[in-house]
Amino acid sequence: MAELSFVITMSVVTLFWAIVGGIVPLFIPKGPNRGVIVTMLVLTSVCCYLFWLIAILAQLNPLFGPSLSTDAIWYLRYHWP
Amino acid sequence: MDSLLRGEELCLAQLFLQSGSAYDCISELGELGLVEFRDLNPSVNAFQRKHVNEIKNCEEMERILGELASTLSFCCNHRVSVCLQEQLQRLEVELGEVTRNKEKLQKNLLELREYTHMLRITHSFVQRTSEVSYEEFPFLEKDTVMDYSSMQRLGAKLGFISGLIQRAKIEAFERMLWRVCKGYTILSYAEVDEYLEDPETGEPSKSIVFLISYWGEQIGQKVKKISDCYHCHLYPYPTNNDERNDVVEGLKTRIQDLHTVLHRTEDYLRQVLMKASESVYTWVIQVKKIKAIYYILNLCSLDVTNKCLIAEVWCPVNDIANLRRALEEGSRKSGATVPSFVNRIPTSDTPPSLIRTNKFTSGFQGIVDAYGVGNYREVNPAPFTIITFPFLFAVMFGDLGHGLIMALFAFWMVLYENNRKLKNTRNEIWNTFFEGRYIILMMGLFSIYTGLIYNDCFSKSLNIFGSGWSVKAIFNHYGGFKVSLYQSNLPIIWNLATNRLTFLNSYKMKMSVIIGIIHMSFGVILSTYNHLHFRKKHNLYLVFLPELLFLLCLFGYLVFMIFYKWLVFSAKDSREAPSILIHFINMFLMQGDGVPPLYPGQTGLQIFLVVIAVLSVPVLLLGKPIYLNWLHNGSQRLGMYRGYERVRRNSEEELYLMRANDMEEGSSHNEFLHQAIHTIEYCLGCVSNTASYLRLWALSLAHAQLSDVLWAMVMRVGLRMDTRLGVLFLVPVFSLFAVLTVSILLVMEGLSAFLHALRLHWVEFQNKFYSGTGVKFSPFSFSLLPSSFEHDGLL
Repeated sequence: MAELSFVITMSVVTLFWAIVGGIVPLFIPKGPNRGVIVTMLVLTSVCCYLFWLIAILAQLNPLFGPSLSTDAIWYLRYHWP
Repeated sequence: MDSLLRGEELCLAQLFLQSGSAYDCISELGELGLVEFRDLNPSVNAFQRKHVNEIKNCEEMERILGELASTLSFCCNHRVSVCLQEQLQRLEVELGEVTRNKEKLQKNLLELREYTHMLRITHSFVQRTSEVSYEEFPFLEKDTVMDYSSMQRLGAKLGFISGLIQRAKIEAFERMLWRVCKGYTILSYAEVDEYLEDPETGEPSKSIVFLISYWGEQIGQKVKKISDCYHCHLYPYPTNNDERNDVVEGLKTRIQDLHTVLHRTEDYLRQVLMKASESVYTWVIQVKKIKAIYYILNLCSLDVTNKCLIAEVWCPVNDIANLRRALEEGSRKSGATVPSFVNRIPTSDTPPSLIRTNKFTSGFQGIVDAYGVGNYREVNPAPFTIITFPFLFAVMFGDLGHGLIMALFAFWMVLYENNRKLKNTRNEIWNTFFEGRYIILMMGLFSIYTGLIYNDCFSKSLNIFGSGWSVKAIFNHYGGFKVSLYQSNLPIIWNLATNRLTFLNSYKMKMSVIIGIIHMSFGVILSTYNHLHFRKKHNLYLVFLPELLFLLCLFGYLVFMIFYKWLVFSAKDSREAPSILIHFINMFLMQGDGVPPLYPGQTGLQIFLVVIAVLSVPVLLLGKPIYLNWLHNGSQRLGMYRGYERVRRNSEEELYLMRANDMEEGSSHNEFLHQAIHTIEYCLGCVSNTASYLRLWALSLAHAQLSDVLWAMVMRVGLRMDTRLGVLFLVPVFSLFAVLTVSILLVMEGLSAFLHALRLHWVEFQNKFYSGTGVKFSPFSFSLLPSSFEHDGLL
């Protein structure tokens, strides 16, 4: 199931930023600032999507995990849902 | 948008102004702020220009206004429009007279008061002696003054000198008298109770009334000289009591009269000043406008018929219609029969660059211009900077809580941006922050986003999505773990781990490299805009393509390897996971044998990429100069043909580009050197700039560690105490935490991240396509005139 949750997350976020960067610019009313706003939307979506993508890909197949102290492990086992 | 991306198109225009209406036309243009005037008399000295006298008059008026403003301690803002120069001069003369009168009256008053004091006090000297009568000789060591009658019995001629002297000088005075007159004088003195105003300095000071009695005429002369020396005010000493009483009475009435006159004078002065203060503000503005117009008239030249003025202006092409309308308006206002008109002329000079901005984009344009104003119609990085600059800042700053505070602060500034008090303070530092309020807002918003992804909020992590790491596995079976990943940010469990930094470092370094290479490629791609616009298609193939290939083949491949390793290698084969860096280095050295390949066919692909990259260097180095050389040689044969072509084209831009092409081919040596420098800079720059982007990692690490330390050292100490005392203790601890957070983490780290993001833009991004050696378009506009009065804080 790890695969499914990953696929869902991936597609949802990709779709979101694709809408922000691709569909919303089509609806900006014509005016003197249209060009600036469209540029801003496209750049924002590219930058934020890239940042998120790097964050998730880096953790997809981790080569090592967090090493916790024994107290922390005990606490997490019994106190976290 | 074209204007923000590239700057507006400007043209050179000639204005023909009729002498009668020149003043009004230029006044209209100044109100609109459309055009920049060029100096048509550059060789003429400032003092030899035509309108030098008018400018001198204006400066005279400004001086009068300055004095007027400084005598005013209050100022109203009524808009009463009056007319100027004679009024100002009249006002100045009147003010001068009234002030002088007032000073004279005050001096008079002072003298009378001193006289009164003197009479009163010396009377008290005499009173004292009449209580005790002396029959002895007077010149014993008693310092009281004798009665007349006994002195006259001695037959000596007794004289009196009385007056006032400053308290600081009385001892020196006494000593001097003693030394000079050797006991033939008697000095008695007493201090005046009230403070009298010293006429020269205007400060209240203490004076002393003295009475000198002397024998003999010559002693009298000496005493007079000495008292002159010490700047004493001398008054005639009355000889007997009746005379004294008369004088006192007379003085009293005179003082009263003077007081009334002085009051009247002050009232009059205040009235005059109040009337003037109503119009001072408008006068200042009018004088400034007049002076500016005369400066511009000095820049124009007369035409052959001497009947009209010619001015050359740089004007945006889109505004030529407005320019015409302004000239018509000016001609109409001055009632001229012949209208002034504008004529566009072709030129090969480079116009200045004009980029129109609104209040949002002006901040970002400002930071681009601080590096250098763009060349005429060169690609402007500002519209891209609006997003990439806050983004890079946020990568380095990435903290949810701090970002939230920063965004709220900027939002407050934006909401109150029309508040006059905020806009017009003198504090430089506050002005800088206020001008950049939109930049700070964007930075704060992006920091909130990156803070969410880094999962860092005041150095604590938020458990929004739950951690993907399950502890059960660790608990039951040491060494294994289960991973389920459905959240998209760094899981909270990393905050408790001891090897947190190892993971974070690897992640952030790779992220910095990826972001950096994408940023730089974007810069290189932007340069195509320039090449296409300036019609240098050859640049596309000879400069852009080699640059892009070099960058992508080497560093783009590095990015590919990073992604590949992330996707393919997992915990199962963590023992054999290769180090990307070693593979990269091996690629350059063309060794690949010691290390197992990442994927089949790796060595072949790598060799291929290295060969392409290495080949693109000489193309970059030699391609352009050789091509231009060939073009130049070829063109000499085809000179006639090109001349014919030039006549056919009548667009100004074409002409400008042709001339630029001509000049470039001038010297091939120059071209070759230029290109060699560019190649070396670019290739070495690729490596060093990629490494330079690692500062994104470094600063975000520093920020996270600082906020962690602050929490651990300050706040946790307060939260550890769980008694009632702890609650009280928590309050100052929290205030300390808040102050340190704002000052160190927000201000200091914010400024530092701002600076580094700025450097990344200016150097690493902009040197791929931007030259920034242009001149800014500065139109003649009344609203842009510097206001020296406001600088002095008088208005």
